[in-house]
Amino acid sequence: MKPAPFNYIKPSSIGDALAALGEHPEAVLLAGGQSLLPMLNMRLVAPSHVIDIGALPAMNEVSIADGWLRMGALLRHCDLAASPTVAEAAPLLQAAARHIGHPAIRNRGTIGGSLALADPAAELPACLLALGGRLVIEGLDGERVVEAAAFFTGTFETALRRDEILRAVEVPVLAPKYRSEFHELARRLGDYALVGLAAHGQIDNGGVHDLRLAFFAVGDKPALAVAAARSLEGKSLSEANIAAAVALLADDIHPIGQPGYGERTKLHHCGVLVKRALSRMAA
Amino acid sequence: MEPMIDIQTSVNGANLSARVPARQTLVDFLRYHLELTGSHVGCEHGSCGACTIRLDGDIVRGCLVLAAQADGAAVETIEGLSDSGELADLQATFHARNALQCGYCTPGMLLTAQALLADNPAPSREEIRAYISGNYCRCTGYQAIVDAIESVAAARRGVIS
Repeated sequence: MKPAPFNYIKPSSIGDALAALGEHPEAVLLAGGQSLLPMLNMRLVAPSHVIDIGALPAMNEVSIADGWLRMGALLRHCDLAASPTVAEAAPLLQAAARHIGHPAIRNRGTIGGSLALADPAAELPACLLALGGRLVIEGLDGERVVEAAAFFTGTFETALRRDEILRAVEVPVLAPKYRSEFHELARRLGDYALVGLAAHGQIDNGGVHDLRLAFFAVGDKPALAVAAARSLEGKSLSEANIAAAVALLADDIHPIGQPGYGERTKLHHCGVLVKRALSRMAA
Repeated sequence: MEPMIDIQTSVNGANLSARVPARQTLVDFLRYHLELTGSHVGCEHGSCGACTIRLDGDIVRGCLVLAAQADGAAVETIEGLSDSGELADLQATFHARNALQCGYCTPGMLLTAQALLADNPAPSREEIRAYISGNYCRCTGYQAIVDAIESVAAARRGVIS
């Protein structure tokens, strides 16, 4: 299908973009467009105005300051995957990037677009949760910072207000002895995740510490398996310890099934991903 | 009133100005306005890859870019890349290996294969499959396409296969 008619605005500064957002209550923001264009084409959305922020200056930069890796919201997935700075400071994000769509999608799609959309099956929201990241949001009355744990509130729902723009994303720079694993099940590479896991933790003195297991495509938003992760605190990642943690997943994660892919299968797959991730982390 | 946007863009090396509907996708602009019908329209939501074109050197989905977003950009299509000879060996090998049947996916497949070989001159069969995972072919079962890409990669490296 073709989109319904809309007006197209291309502001030259974030201030102009915010003003346009304020002026047009039925407007949507266009960054890379790799989710918005399908939604427009299928007429799932029919905005009065499309505000194209894709070419705004200085919003796709990668930098490190005060122990935080900062990435502009307009950083494309292909640039995330190729950035040596990201590879060193947040290898989890780089591992996740190759699962986001296909090469032609990653050449246009942006990290900010993916995070602001908050698709429950998206990779990056879970990564941010696992890493303890935060989101830098710009509004007409200035900037505010929201922790990832408070940002994702539901299916396509976030703490972003409709007159605000996500400006940048920050995650702590990889600390000594921390390791990350990213695992996703999909029917074909790049397709929507059936279920996925972003794992992050410290391996020290033969034990795991500060482990975070963030699942996506299990419910309306990314979810941390708190009990399973806590059960492993200070312990070795032996087969028995991992199996005991997997047994706790049913307390942590309450997957929403879909036709042909029920809750129990999904929960079983969550356990499979935990085993894969932790056995690799231990190696 | 259909909102219209003025754009200036380069298509296959030729600079042009056009007034386009704000809602028109780039692939529809190429097909309807410029009559470049080599880029195909399959699913119109980014799943099939039949509309793959190049925008400022990167392969993209022609159905997931607005024509308005191509203002100031360089667009390349199968027509331009075919005329320039850039894809000649891929085209000949797809033909020789029966890597197409109906041909609907072929322009997108060729552009994607070319992007892969630019990134990775010696891809494994697994890497070829991963890279073309966003391009649907409903005829060949992919085996012959992977064969063709593998064989062109080897030939470009000077390896006889």
